[in-house]
Amino acid sequence: MRRGFYLSVLFGLFISNSFAQQGGELRFCLRSEPKTFDPILVADDSSETIRYLTGGVLIRVNRLTQKLEPELAVSWKVLAGGRRIDFELREHIYFSDGTRFSAEDVAFTMNKLLDPALHSPTGDSFRSAPGPVKTEVYGTSRVSITFPAPVGGLEKLFDQVAILSSHSPQAEMAVLGPFYVAQKKPGSYVLLRRNPRYWKRDEKGRSLPYLDSIRLEIQQNRTTEALRLTRGEIHLISNLDPELFDVLSAESTTLVRDAGPSLEGEQMWFNQVLNSPVPGYKKGWFRSKTFRRAISESINREDICRVVHRGHARPAVGPVSPANQFWFNRTLQPRDFNPQDALQRLEREGFRREAGMLRDREGNPVEFSLITNSGNKPRERMAVMIQQDLSQLGIRLNIVTLDFSSLIDRITQTFDYEACLLGLVNVDLDPNAQMNIWLSSASNHQWNPSQKTPETNWEAEIDRLMRAQASETDAIKRKSYFDRVQEIVWEEEPFLYLINKNALSATSPNLRNVTPVVLRPQVCWNVERLSILPEISEIRP
Amino acid sequence: MKPRRQFAVGILILVFLASLMANQLAPVSYSHQFRESANAPPSHEFPLGTDDLGRDRLSRLLYGSRISLLLAPVAALIATALAALVGGTAGYLGGWWERVGMGFSDLFMSLPWLFLLLTFRAMLPLNVSPLASVIITFTLLGLLGWAAAARVVCAGARALRNSEFVLQARTHGCGDFRLLIWHVLPPLKPVLYAQFWISIPVFILSEANLGVLGLGVAEPLPSWGNLLRDLENYRAALTSPWLLAPLFLLVLVVACFQTVLPEEDLP
Amino acid sequence: MWVHGYKRLNRHMWLHRIIRHMLIVSATVLFGGFLGATLVRVAPGFGVDEQQLDTRLSNESVQAIRHSRDSERDIFGFYTQYLGGLFRGNLGFSHSLGRPVTQLLAERVPVTFYSVIKGLVGGWLVGLVLALSAAMLRSKTYDFACTLASGFFLCLPSAVLAILFLLIQGPVPLGIGLTVFPKIFRYARNLLVQAYALPHVLTAQSKGLSGGRILFWHVLPLATPQLVALAGASVTVALGAAIPIEVVCDSPGIGQLAWLAALGRDLPVLVVLTILVTVITVLANATADLAISALRHRPS
Repeated sequence: MRRGFYLSVLFGLFISNSFAQQGGELRFCLRSEPKTFDPILVADDSSETIRYLTGGVLIRVNRLTQKLEPELAVSWKVLAGGRRIDFELREHIYFSDGTRFSAEDVAFTMNKLLDPALHSPTGDSFRSAPGPVKTEVYGTSRVSITFPAPVGGLEKLFDQVAILSSHSPQAEMAVLGPFYVAQKKPGSYVLLRRNPRYWKRDEKGRSLPYLDSIRLEIQQNRTTEALRLTRGEIHLISNLDPELFDVLSAESTTLVRDAGPSLEGEQMWFNQVLNSPVPGYKKGWFRSKTFRRAISESINREDICRVVHRGHARPAVGPVSPANQFWFNRTLQPRDFNPQDALQRLEREGFRREAGMLRDREGNPVEFSLITNSGNKPRERMAVMIQQDLSQLGIRLNIVTLDFSSLIDRITQTFDYEACLLGLVNVDLDPNAQMNIWLSSASNHQWNPSQKTPETNWEAEIDRLMRAQASETDAIKRKSYFDRVQEIVWEEEPFLYLINKNALSATSPNLRNVTPVVLRPQVCWNVERLSILPEISEIRP
Repeated sequence: MKPRRQFAVGILILVFLASLMANQLAPVSYSHQFRESANAPPSHEFPLGTDDLGRDRLSRLLYGSRISLLLAPVAALIATALAALVGGTAGYLGGWWERVGMGFSDLFMSLPWLFLLLTFRAMLPLNVSPLASVIITFTLLGLLGWAAAARVVCAGARALRNSEFVLQARTHGCGDFRLLIWHVLPPLKPVLYAQFWISIPVFILSEANLGVLGLGVAEPLPSWGNLLRDLENYRAALTSPWLLAPLFLLVLVVACFQTVLPEEDLP
Repeated sequence: MWVHGYKRLNRHMWLHRIIRHMLIVSATVLFGGFLGATLVRVAPGFGVDEQQLDTRLSNESVQAIRHSRDSERDIFGFYTQYLGGLFRGNLGFSHSLGRPVTQLLAERVPVTFYSVIKGLVGGWLVGLVLALSAAMLRSKTYDFACTLASGFFLCLPSAVLAILFLLIQGPVPLGIGLTVFPKIFRYARNLLVQAYALPHVLTAQSKGLSGGRILFWHVLPLATPQLVALAGASVTVALGAAIPIEVVCDSPGIGQLAWLAALGRDLPVLVVLTILVTVITVLANATADLAISALRHRPS
């Protein structure tokens, strides 16, 4: 009798587990309206989320292990010194509308992606040199793509390329991913439904995804988003603010997860553009390595991590976060907070304190402005803390919050600014994605963009190293080049790297198989394996 | 004066004096960050607790009150003066002048004022001190806020246009400008006075709205608007009632301004 | 015959007045649109796109993004073309939201329209009922309680009201109604109290006329012209409150669209919204002016 009881309990658990694994609607919020549903043209976060959930890719970067995994391609080979990649594709795969997937679709997608008239950010990542890209199709399951020049980290770039159908009447709406776009109400929500023709199965042979649908509500306000999670209206929040992390943590500690340092950081830099409208004496300060080092040493990064980010951040070292396991240069350490050293450094440069105010050699008071974007509370708070830190040295910092368009105008067009504080979002692990920051001729070389020739030796050296790593296929050699770039940047400090934020997220207790990670999308990276238990109740402390 | 109005005047004087004496009353500087005591509850050291950067809330409230209480009347004065000029001229001259004047005021009311403020903020020089930037913000509010009052002044001036004393002054050779300044606008003083008093709380509330939207005064200067941004943290607002102090003070002061004006003078 | 002639003259006068008002409205609207367009064009940040900061983009792509709005740089040319398109039903393309402006308006105008209408109706109902009851009951306690309640909402910034609504998940129309009703109550109460204190009303009351008859035959006719004028102003108040409330509460209406367009310097959207708001404001005020005129010029 007892055996029968245990057997029935086990049977019940098995049945409930099976039912719990299948079905249900996942709900979470997008922070803005997606600008496009065409995966080729994706440039904003919301569109990128939809691309991730609906697009089928040849190679996937596993967000947990950061290693490459075969998806629609069963195997691949990088040849000709990184100029060519050959794919062997899976067979018997179908798009969501029933059209068959083949090598033609890969060729079609690449040709469309690399159309220069489209200016696709994903497409531009492949453009290592001018010249046409050749795609060759061999049968239905082999395709070869040849680039005009070697492309560093080539395989990883295919994680961003959602394959389009070359002959479906639905065009980009026919997908190979776990979900397809079923409904969209502009300004309100996007509904994704389970792709019945999705090729993946789990270890038990059950078809994936487990979920029936995903409802993406468009919600800009983060407070509302957090409230909705506590009310059980949504199931997860990615990129959670540290303030809201603590609020939700107080409701229930099982709700929130801190996955450790993310790829995101905060940085400030000085305007070093020679023909900017900044007064000449200030340009002299900003172009001085000693001045930049002194400012960097005067900023208490630990306090910023503790106070602004509530302990959910750590002082940054350089452009690469420790979350980027392979590329992070572990020999480098964050700058120590040492205002005494900073003052001595400045005094050696001819600065002196008079009546509490720091003055330069010519007697000019050291006062400058720091612009940042309005509406980002943590960043505004950071600026205020930096203001107090610099006041210890007698430096007056004026904080100016601007709407984003005005800020971009100043840092990219008019160069009418002195210092800027902004975030750094690395969606890609590979340093090739940062080429347009480090090359001195690039428009995103923020402190002094679009130089005809490098104005300093160290910028020339960075140019050389970045080009070397871009054309190198050996990962170890590439790393050594990029490690050296990080060392130069650490030494010269064109950017003052402040902190790396932790990847904070919150999930409903109803959500199963969830493992938040640091790479985006933080929570739903394994969406095909997420499942929802039947609704239990609102979150109660 | 009715007891209610006396009470309101008393409260306003008290708050005004407290804000003027902020240097003496505030326990510490409004900008100093006691980083070890961030988000502290009320205590002997910090009577209203500290904010998320460890700054004393009471000090920030006192200095913030100064900003709103001193500058809102300035903005109201500017708006009333412009309303008198545009509305008075349009109403006195009448005909097409009145139509153009009122059309201009309608146009002004239709312009996207939030966008105008965003634009002016973006155009300000970067090294303007926070105090200067807040003075400019309130001046802008005044320059943008005259249109509704102009319609009221115009109606009043229109009624006086054909009154006997104006006709008499005209027959004695009085010019239009002199008539407007010396004979038409003075009888409108009660209307202008009422508009001035009504506008003060409007500008206080406008600054508060701007602050909540992130367009308020520059850090580290406090104002009621940027103090009210703390209410976005809903849990803190519910569990830490001292966070509501700026809201309570704002409602009290605005209510007092509205009570001060005699009801018979309300439009 | 004298009456017949007067009626014909009256009709002629009114037609002339209406046509004149429509001409003024049209001129104001056109000029308003141009002014709005100019403001956007000269504002810092015009023509930039945050996509420029995407480090994956090549220099050529960044330049292409920078030049993508060159057609909007000549403001006269843009506005002329825009008006031409407007009369053909083409309101341009929103670059910040990536959709035709016509579509955006078709989705968002009803949201704001219903919010504002419901808010106005609710605000007027509550305001008028409280004002009427305060004027008729003449109870100091009741009057004080109503004044306190309306005064509280009058003193709250609309953005703070929006945050409170966020917390209680209140509907946007209620937020707008709570912004409008205090002004309606205050104004209507004073108006009705003054009307009830007039000699002929007091005489009617002393002669034993019913409350309803006094209200509808003697009080409301006196107060109506000013209430109609207030109606025009309340539309502007409601629209003004809609923006911060929609932005904070994430309601996908015109207010939120205006905010997003302002942040993105979206010229086509801002021009059409300026025109829309100008039309509503000017029409509301013109209607109020005409109504007051009509009531004043009624033959006795």
